Amino acid sequence: MANVILRNVRKTYPGGVEAIKGVDFEVGDGQFCVLVGPSGCGKSTLLRMVAGLESITSGEIDIGGRVVNRIEPADRDIAMVFQNYALYPHMSVYNNMAYGLRNRGMAKPEIDKRVREAAQILEIGPMLDRKPKQLSGGQRQRVAMGRAIVRQPKVFLFDEPLSNLDAKLRIAMRVEIRKLQRRLNTTSIYVTHDQLEAMTLADILVVMNGGVVEQIGNPLDIYQKPATTFVASFIGAPPMNLTPFRQGETSVPVPGSTGGILGVRPEDLTLTTGTAPEGGVRYDLTVEAIERVGAETFVYGSRNGAKEAAAVSAKPGELPPGEIIVRLPGQTAPAIGERIVAVAPRDKLHVFGADGRSRIEI
Amino acid sequence: MVENEGLRRYVAHAILWIGIAIVAFPVYLAFVASTQDNAVIANGQMSLLPGGHFLETYYKTLFVGSSGTTREPVGMMLLNSLIMALSIALGKIAISILSAYAIVFFRFPFRMTVFWIIFITLMLPVEVRIYPTYKIAADLNLLDSYSGLALPLIASATATLLFRQFFMTVPDELMEASRIDGAGPFRFFKDTLLPLSRTNMAALFVILFIYGWNQYLWPLLITTRDDMQTIQVGIRKMIVTSDALTEWPVVMATSVLAMLPPVLVVIVMQKLFVRGLVETEK
Repeated sequence: MANVILRNVRKTYPGGVEAIKGVDFEVGDGQFCVLVGPSGCGKSTLLRMVAGLESITSGEIDIGGRVVNRIEPADRDIAMVFQNYALYPHMSVYNNMAYGLRNRGMAKPEIDKRVREAAQILEIGPMLDRKPKQLSGGQRQRVAMGRAIVRQPKVFLFDEPLSNLDAKLRIAMRVEIRKLQRRLNTTSIYVTHDQLEAMTLADILVVMNGGVVEQIGNPLDIYQKPATTFVASFIGAPPMNLTPFRQGETSVPVPGSTGGILGVRPEDLTLTTGTAPEGGVRYDLTVEAIERVGAETFVYGSRNGAKEAAAVSAKPGELPPGEIIVRLPGQTAPAIGERIVAVAPRDKLHVFGADGRSRIEI
Repeated sequence: MVENEGLRRYVAHAILWIGIAIVAFPVYLAFVASTQDNAVIANGQMSLLPGGHFLETYYKTLFVGSSGTTREPVGMMLLNSLIMALSIALGKIAISILSAYAIVFFRFPFRMTVFWIIFITLMLPVEVRIYPTYKIAADLNLLDSYSGLALPLIASATATLLFRQFFMTVPDELMEASRIDGAGPFRFFKDTLLPLSRTNMAALFVILFIYGWNQYLWPLLITTRDDMQTIQVGIRKMIVTSDALTEWPVVMATSVLAMLPPVLVVIVMQKLFVRGLVETEK
């Protein structure tokens, strides 16, 4: 039972590289916070700073009302689940879970009770005598979580715990982690680069890029109102279409702005033969590629005669300049090479300043 | 094609058997010689089949010693050699695993310098530094003592390097998980690193035991008393080059006895040894 508060936390490595450039946020008691961002954005570093595995250059980290900057990881009352599980290979599952409790000098019967309880919750009871080597990836993952929950810590820290699992198992474990966290009601911080995991797990989503927080908030709020072009293209798959515009060039009037970046989510575009809705946007496209995934179809189109109006290459924008993605329900799609018109209504548009760092409400 | 395969296999096996014969024949000869009467060997009419003096010769070798030169029973030499080889092997493992632990897991000033200094000692085997080492051993009153036999040979760059390489493959997360689990540096070493290094230690033990067992130059130099002699030195001393007759059966028996402990170590530790060199259990 604790909240975690980060106050202007910074990390500078001895070589002078600034990995974390001042991060502030608070995770309330029992909340599930997800740190998401591309690799190298500092999210893992930040988590490791909360864990105490990395030193804090400046700022404060507060766990349950206690500043933990100078406190050893073991004394911070946290438990961490690692990406590669970090199980002790020579110890049985039981001992893996009991080790941390033994080191704390807990009485044997209490250790036994906690380990068996955790094993039951995680359904690894029959495997307690096995070695990690004899377990599958998913089972190892459970043991790693078991090791965390037997401690009954104030905070769970997850460092990309699912990225070593195959896609199906990942989804199953994702749901399970969420259920477990609700059941134990323990404050959690979870690091991932997978925006889908981030969206589905988080109470609070923290989108990071280049050592700074781009946006903090409820996942759906972030999806609906991304604060920067980075967030816009990072959250949501396929990413939001981003194109630069100058006032007067498009049919999108933006009061008090001379130009900027226009964003439309692929699912908000529809194909039409008519004209754009009032104040909306219209793209004339030539179909370049089509991806059918069953329930929906992605159409990749290049803008006709828009060579000079290269699309904003929003990192990690996978799109080559000038390409627009349209997401169509079902399996019907235009043919490759066909000329199509995609439109979106005004209330589905996102407008950003020219540097992509600010959102303009229209 | 199939016949060809078969032929190739026979040829390969034949070559292997020839190899084994070349290696094994002298050993066999030594054993045969140790069971013959000295006079028979001396006049060059040794049979290729074991003679009838087995018990007599080995009893004499182990508990009495050759009647000529040293007069020290080989049992004592075996014991000396065993103590030396074990001290060297265990000492080397203990010291090098600790230094490798320090080098890999601790950040201290001049860490790499320390590592390179250890590395450089690879170029300085006993033979190169024998005079200063002898001088130090003598000044420390280590002549004719077990410490004198073992200590100067214990520092080992090879073993340190081996453990360093192994430790570097241990994922950092394991150490971090230990830290979070409340295990300090010593507990991490004892509870995690040592059990993980088990097979490596076994492999190293085999190599180092044989290294220690086969030492000749250093024991020759550091021991002067007959009862501190190691078996390798003892064998050499039994072979007299002057007028007296070398007791070949005793010499051969000593050689056979000298071969046994390393062979036993290899046989007993074989499984762990191979695992230690091949397996990466993490």
